[in-house]
This record gives sequence, C-alpha cells and structure tokens, in this order.
Amino acid sequence: MPQIAQLAATYSSQIFWMLIFFGFTFFVVGRGMVPKVMDTVAQRDKQIADDLAAAERARAQADAEEEAWRTRENANRAEAQALIAEARAQAAAVTTERLATAQVAIDATLAEAETRISQARRSAAAEIEDVAADATREIVSRIAGLTLDDGAVRSAVKENLVHG
Amino acid sequence: MHQFSIQPLFGSEGWSIAGYNIAFTNSTLWMAIAAVTLAFFVAGGMKRQLVPGRWQMAVESFTGFIDGMLAANVGPGGKKYVPYIFSLFMFILFANFLGLLPLGVIGLHAFTFTSHFSATGVLAVLSFAIVLIVGFAKHKLHFFSLFVPHGTPVIMIPLIFCVELISFLVRPFSLGLRLFVAMMAGHVLLEVLSSFVISSGNAGIGLFAIAGLPSFILMVGICALELLVAGIQAYVFALLTCVYLNDAENLH
Repeated sequence: MPQIAQLAATYSSQIFWMLIFFGFTFFVVGRGMVPKVMDTVAQRDKQIADDLAAAERARAQADAEEEAWRTRENANRAEAQALIAEARAQAAAVTTERLATAQVAIDATLAEAETRISQARRSAAAEIEDVAADATREIVSRIAGLTLDDGAVRSAVKENLVHG
Repeated sequence: MHQFSIQPLFGSEGWSIAGYNIAFTNSTLWMAIAAVTLAFFVAGGMKRQLVPGRWQMAVESFTGFIDGMLAANVGPGGKKYVPYIFSLFMFILFANFLGLLPLGVIGLHAFTFTSHFSATGVLAVLSFAIVLIVGFAKHKLHFFSLFVPHGTPVIMIPLIFCVELISFLVRPFSLGLRLFVAMMAGHVLLEVLSSFVISSGNAGIGLFAIAGLPSFILMVGICALELLVAGIQAYVFALLTCVYLNDAENLH
C-alpha cells in the first residue's frame, strides 16, 4: 500500500501542495467567485420578488379602480332612473291637469248647448202654439164663422198639443 | 497498487523547504488540475446574467445546493461558511471525478489524490481546526458543554464527558479516513476486476468466457457505482463538516 509505504517520503510534499492548491481553491474560487455567483442569485430572487410585489400592487389598484368605477356607475344609473321617474310623474300630472281642464271646458260647452237646445225647443214650441192658435182661429172663423177669444183658442191648442 | 504510488515529476524530487521535501509529484499535478478545472468551471458561471445560461445555471445550482445544506444544518449563521464548504465539496468532487477519468485509454494515468490519507487528512484537520476555532471563539470555555448532553445525570457526567470527548476527537480521523478508504476501495475493486479480465483473456477463450466476461460486465456496473460514490463521498465530507460546524456555531 503506497499510502503507507511512501508516507515518510511524501507526507511533507502532500501536505504542502494540498494546502497550496486547496488554499488557491478557497481564496480564488470560494472567496473570490462564489460570493459573486450567490449575489447574482440573490439579485435575481430579489428582482422576481419585487416584480411580483409590483404586479400584486397593480392588481390591487386595478381592483380598487374598478370598484370605484362600479360605485360611480351605480350612482349614475340610480340618478338617471330617478330623473326618468320624475319626468314620467311630471308628464302624467300635466296630462291629468290638461285632461281635467278640457273636461271642464267640454262640460261647459255641453251645458250651454243643452240650454240653447232647450231654449230653442221652448221658443219653437211657443211659435208652434202661436201658429197653431192662429191656424185654429182662422179655421174656426172660416168654417164656423166664430170669432173666438184668443185666450180660449190658445189654451185649447195647448191642451191638444200636450195630450196629442 | 501502482496506481496509488506517488512519483516526483519534472525532476523535482530534490525540492525542499527547511529540510522538508516538497517534490512536485503526480499527486500534486492532479491537485493542480482539480483546482484549475474547478476555477475554470466556476469562472464560466460568473456571467451574472439575469436569465442564466446552462453553465451559469449549473454553477448556481451548486452554490444553491451548498447554501441550502448549510441553511438546513447550521441555520442562518451558516451563510458565512459557504465559501469554505463550497471549496471543500467541489474540490473533493472534482478530485474524485478526475481520478475516475479513463485516461489509460490514451496512455495517461489519472491519479486520485483523495485516495491518500495524507491528502484527505489535511482537509479533515482543516475542517476540525475551523470547528475548534469557531467553537472556542464563539463560546469560550462554554464550548466544553458540548460534551455534556442536556439531561445527563450528575453522577454520569464524568463518564459521558470522556465518551463525548473521544467521539469528538475521533472526528478528524473518521472524516479523512472515510474518504480515503472509499476512494481507494473503489479503485482497488476496479483494478482487481480488470486484472481478472486481462489474465483470464490471456489464459484462454474458455476461461475468458467464464471469468473474464462476467468480470467485465460487473466492472461496467461498478464504474457507475464509483461515479455515485465519488459524488456521495464529497457530499458526506461536506455534510459532516456542516454538522460539526453546527456544533461549534450553536452548541447542542
């Protein structure tokens, strides 16, 4: 076994060169390069974490904005609905009022017309009575040669006109 | 066993500092290759792009793996050990994998320096020293309470203290020996099986069919197993260091 057989002759060289090359590895690679590599990794991790946080913040902001927009939109819609309802109520009120006015006017016209009609009918009836009385007296005077009292003729005519 | 023998290269067998030989051996060469390959690999992942490419992704998954292991075993205080654990894990991993390269096909010979306890021992002692330094710096002499678990009856404290102390002191040995044994055993197994294939092939076609061919098929499976072991042993070394660091960092 050369490890033991050569130990006395080679141990100093082995130890010396091992320290030299492991020392080189430790100081150049371990102390020199590894921290930089790990720094790169840490930087990348940090950037990823930052980006994620930024994305999360942006999402929260978008959510808040959407919520605000929704609230605003709902308020606007409610306002519009209220406006529409008010306009509708106003229009209905105006229509009712106008209808009432028109009805009153129509009623008045109707009443007036009826009065006129009844007046006309009364005067017409009176005229008919006069004509009938005149005609009756004329007929009576011609046929019977009687000169009748005007009041008597008129009451007789009125009686006949009323009872048909 | 020739694959484990250490030979000085480039006529450097005479190099020494203060009387200690520091020859540049084949073991040293593979340490250098592992260190340079690792540096190249990690450097390729330093493009620092926001959207990583494949190479950057691979390097980042390794650092993330070590970071996660420390976070799970030590907690938030483990972050500062990432450079050390990363170096440890990747250096051992690269050493194990590079030692398994089938370079014999083109006439070169890979050398697995993690199959030498004189090499793994350095790493184990390093880890153990860090545990001791961190433990005593952070908790002063209170660190010794590590050896007395909560709820120990007073009468049992001296005995438990000794047992815990021994198990604590064994850690660097178990740490270094585990890696060395696992790597060496795998390589020896492959070597034995391949020697079966070659010597049975030389002995005749019949023997090759009976012994050589099954050995060869087994070798293919064992090679896959060795790749797994190479990763697992690096992981175990790093994980145990994390667990020991947890003791030093948080006590019990």
